[in-house]
Amino acid sequence: MRYERPETIGDATALLASAKGRAFVLAGGTDLLVRMKSDAFEADMVVDIKAVAGMSDISETADGFEIGAAVPCAALGEHAGLVAAWPGVVEAANLIGSTQIQGRCTMSGNLCNASPAADSVPALVAAGARVRIAGPDGTRIVPVEDVPQAPGKTTLKKGEFIAAILLPKPAQRSGDAYLRFTPRTEMDIAVVGVGVQLALDAKGVVETARVALGAVGPKVVLAEQAADTIIGTALDDAALEALAEACSAASNPIDDKRGTAAFRKHVAGVLARRAAKIAYERAGGK
Amino acid sequence: MSFDAEFRNQQFKSVGSRPLRPDGIDKVTGRARYGADFNMPGQLVGRVLRSPHAHARIVRIDTSRAEAVKGVKAVVTAADLPDLTNGDAELLHILDNCMARTKALYDGHAVAAVAAIDAKAAREALKLIEIEYEVLPHVVDVDAAAQSDAPLIDETLFTGGVEPKPAKPSNVANRSEFGHGDVDAGFAQADVIVERSFRTEQAHQGYIEPHACVASCNPDGTADMWVCTQGHFVYRQICADLLGLEVSKLRVTSSEIGGGFGGKTHVWAEPVALALSRKAGRPVKLVMSRDEVFRASGPTSATSIDVKIGARKDGTITAAVAHLRYTNGPYPGMWAELGAMTSFACYDLENVKTVGYEVLVNRPKVAAYRAPSAPMAAFAVESAIDELAGKIGMDPVAFRIRNAAKEGTKSSYGPVYGPIGIGPTLEAAQSHPHMSAPLGPNQGRGMACGFWFNFGGQTCTDLNVNADGTVTLAVGTVDVGGSRASLSLIAAEELGIAYDDVKAVVADTATLGYNDMTDGSRGTFSSSMATISAARNAIDVMRHRAALTWDIPVEDVVWEDGHAKARGENYGNLAPLSVKDIAAESGKTGGPIAGHSELVADGAGVSFATHICDVEVDPETGATRIIRYTVIQDAGKAVHPSYVEGQYQGGAAQGIGWALNEEYIYGEDGRLQNPGFLDYRIPVCSDLPMIDTQILEIPNPNHPYGVRGVGETSIVPPLAAIGNAISNAVGVRMSHIPMSPPRIRAALDGGAGS
Ligand SMILES: Cc1cc2nc3c(=O)[nH]c(=O)nc-3n(C[C@H](O)[C@H](O)[C@H](O)COP(=O)(O)OP(=O)(O)OC[C@H]3O[C@@H](n4cnc5c(N)ncnc54)[C@H](O)[C@@H]3O)c2cc1C
Repeated sequence: MRYERPETIGDATALLASAKGRAFVLAGGTDLLVRMKSDAFEADMVVDIKAVAGMSDISETADGFEIGAAVPCAALGEHAGLVAAWPGVVEAANLIGSTQIQGRCTMSGNLCNASPAADSVPALVAAGARVRIAGPDGTRIVPVEDVPQAPGKTTLKKGEFIAAILLPKPAQRSGDAYLRFTPRTEMDIAVVGVGVQLALDAKGVVETARVALGAVGPKVVLAEQAADTIIGTALDDAALEALAEACSAASNPIDDKRGTAAFRKHVAGVLARRAAKIAYERAGGK
Repeated sequence: MSFDAEFRNQQFKSVGSRPLRPDGIDKVTGRARYGADFNMPGQLVGRVLRSPHAHARIVRIDTSRAEAVKGVKAVVTAADLPDLTNGDAELLHILDNCMARTKALYDGHAVAAVAAIDAKAAREALKLIEIEYEVLPHVVDVDAAAQSDAPLIDETLFTGGVEPKPAKPSNVANRSEFGHGDVDAGFAQADVIVERSFRTEQAHQGYIEPHACVASCNPDGTADMWVCTQGHFVYRQICADLLGLEVSKLRVTSSEIGGGFGGKTHVWAEPVALALSRKAGRPVKLVMSRDEVFRASGPTSATSIDVKIGARKDGTITAAVAHLRYTNGPYPGMWAELGAMTSFACYDLENVKTVGYEVLVNRPKVAAYRAPSAPMAAFAVESAIDELAGKIGMDPVAFRIRNAAKEGTKSSYGPVYGPIGIGPTLEAAQSHPHMSAPLGPNQGRGMACGFWFNFGGQTCTDLNVNADGTVTLAVGTVDVGGSRASLSLIAAEELGIAYDDVKAVVADTATLGYNDMTDGSRGTFSSSMATISAARNAIDVMRHRAALTWDIPVEDVVWEDGHAKARGENYGNLAPLSVKDIAAESGKTGGPIAGHSELVADGAGVSFATHICDVEVDPETGATRIIRYTVIQDAGKAVHPSYVEGQYQGGAAQGIGWALNEEYIYGEDGRLQNPGFLDYRIPVCSDLPMIDTQILEIPNPNHPYGVRGVGETSIVPPLAAIGNAISNAVGVRMSHIPMSPPRIRAALDGGAGS
């Protein structure tokens, strides 16, 4: 197995494209290194992107934020501007693993690992985040929800990797939140995760909303019908109830070692209600 | 020399203090050597191939392609571990569990092993071993396995303990019964009867250090092994028996141990490592992965228990019955029997009956787990007791106090109790501030009691007084919970010297006589008894040396406060001699000074505890937080109170994990779904509150200092205490462990208790 540590995006894509067998991007390695220990794992090349120029920067642009693919989740929590603009995204990223894991793990890795239970992904989808994908044929920008395809599978093509995550500038009077359910307080994988982002009009009525659900299907679910249930409301109890029901309905989970399908559908609704309330408060709603 | 073990009330100087542990620095600096930290020149990497099937006949094994891999030095199968067990069925089961002979009996059962020069070659070889299986129907559920139409795990097994002998084979290996009185008559006197069924899922001990060993067989028939174990003498005996080695020629050294909890009282990898080394002619290191630890080692039983208890309105229990079905894995054990013995041990009952059924299933062979079998029985019984108290309208503590066993009570499993701690722990609970603290919304409080037998057993200790007067203590019980510190305190106490002048080590099997394992809460109890005995023997030697020095009869020399003193008016001018004084002259007075001791430590005092627990349940998600937890337990005498508290807290922490989330989850295919710490959820620090402890000291009359074992009882009450707390918080009686969020949600949605 070859280990490469390129310094430019061009070199990285060229290496990935040239690999004969299976090639893996290495960001924080908190998923990859664990997998490499398994007897079933085979790889021909590992391309470490941490030395690629720009991969470790968070920059504030006219359009919002650009988060390099190798930025560890701990750095997100230390970025005051990002925390103020996207508290839900940052809290999701800072739920991953533990202090030690957060010192290494990245949101890009979380996304590309393509686990349906990835914590930062529903928060990013709710926030309307996009990714910049670098490849042998140049770069393309796609919404976060279009990256994962199925458990462990992404839509990235050979030679491609994510160079940055792009977060928009938050709208006026908007807020986001992410909640997950785990049986343990930490070091656990989401049984259900819910990200909510909403913006209010001057009267406190929800004008736009995005709701995303994790761990209730093979990939993250952008629950548009659920979001519709709260648009035009001041998030009264009836709206919250409708949101909860819609989220339960949008969930299509399985029974597995982490929880029953019935439990997951129910909890998706509960968390959506709770996350929406937090987002509403953050947006300035009362 | 005869040893007087009788309790003598005395003022202690060292015992009861809290010095730093002697193994602390090594452990916090990473220098301590655990099982995988031993290395030998030329050592090979051992790996085990395991069955992916829950139940399958092994039709053919072809290892030729694996043997041809470059770097592979040996491949072994059951053929390399011939049956030398001479009709000893239990030993044959151990051998079969180490390496499947004709059938793979559970997902993870070892079927072959390789030794190679590196991990890569070993891994490649594993993939090239060809095994043809005939997959058989399997059963993993305890109740399903006990049915007459269940797939048979052992076609030659007929239920023992029933008359007449059954005509058909069965997965129920044995039936055992305990009790006294007439339960039917007792129930006829009852005003209120509670009858309920309970289930508990299979839990693993969850020790952080996986099984690991280095085995080195020499051509001359000698062998060495370094291993992480709770009992190296026992490992030596079993490995020698299984491999046909002479006991004296197999030297076993125990490493530091990163948790065992009963799981390291059984051999798994060790005989395989020896067989690999014997075949390869080189040392072999074998370290289990976490996946292997879960699939192939450890677990405790899954259970299904029916309880019926009746009481009069005044709170007197009139009759109690329990039927307990415990999984054993694929080989017969006595796990249900232990459950049946412990079920009602806390109570003074006129009419009681318990029946245990050992049930074979296609799961790993059950191993001891801290007070094995008692927590599940206590969950069922203490839940029913709580419900009964509620129905009568009595406070649950008062109800238990009314029925508690006491000195002179004939226990439900037979013996008559001496002085015991169940009453005092209950009374301490009743007056504990925790019991009356206010509760918030969605919170509930529960309490429960627990019992464990404790054990003594064979023990051997050497105490050497060095020329500078310091003392080296060699013990044969592996230090699992801080016993080197405790035993040093004991030696210091008995000799009358400072703790810092004693250094305790765990001796290997070649340098000390046989010792039973550190299990049954016996480590400190039995080795402290042997240490006291060895110290007294050394004191005798020192008195003789003093007598020689003074040229007076030894009868006139007494030992007081760490000094030899001449007794009598004639010797007024003889200044007392300290250990250091006597040791300094030892070369001239007869040579080295030592005390040896070998004994069977009888009379391990039984142990009782009462736990109190507050929980908060989120009714919308079923998530439970333990917000307050108190352990009250009788220690007899707490030699090193910090370690006693540690044992209390550790047992409670493990019980909390088991009560809330830990469970083996099998798929339809009989494969374990969660063989790792991600989905086998032991608690993390932030899941636990500070666990408060209260040590009671009701001296054990059979130990010179009053010591009882303390290691196991603390895991007995938690399942029930938490079950009672959750039931009180949510208003539904919980009857299925673990009480995971989906189970609590289901119970709240109307599915009772599970
Ligand atoms: C103890 C522990 C606890 C954990 N807890 C959580 C948790 O609570 N929640 C959670 O969601 N996850 C958890 N994880 C999983 C993991 O930490 C996260 O998924 C993390 O975000 C992965 O990021 P990484 O940078 O370490 O990814 P890596 O391991 O470097 O990569 C993960 C995968 O993505 C690919 N990849 C990485 N970066 C890129 C890129 N830029 N472009 C294309 N492909 C890429 C890699 O090839 C690999 O397949 C935990 C892991 C551990 C070990």
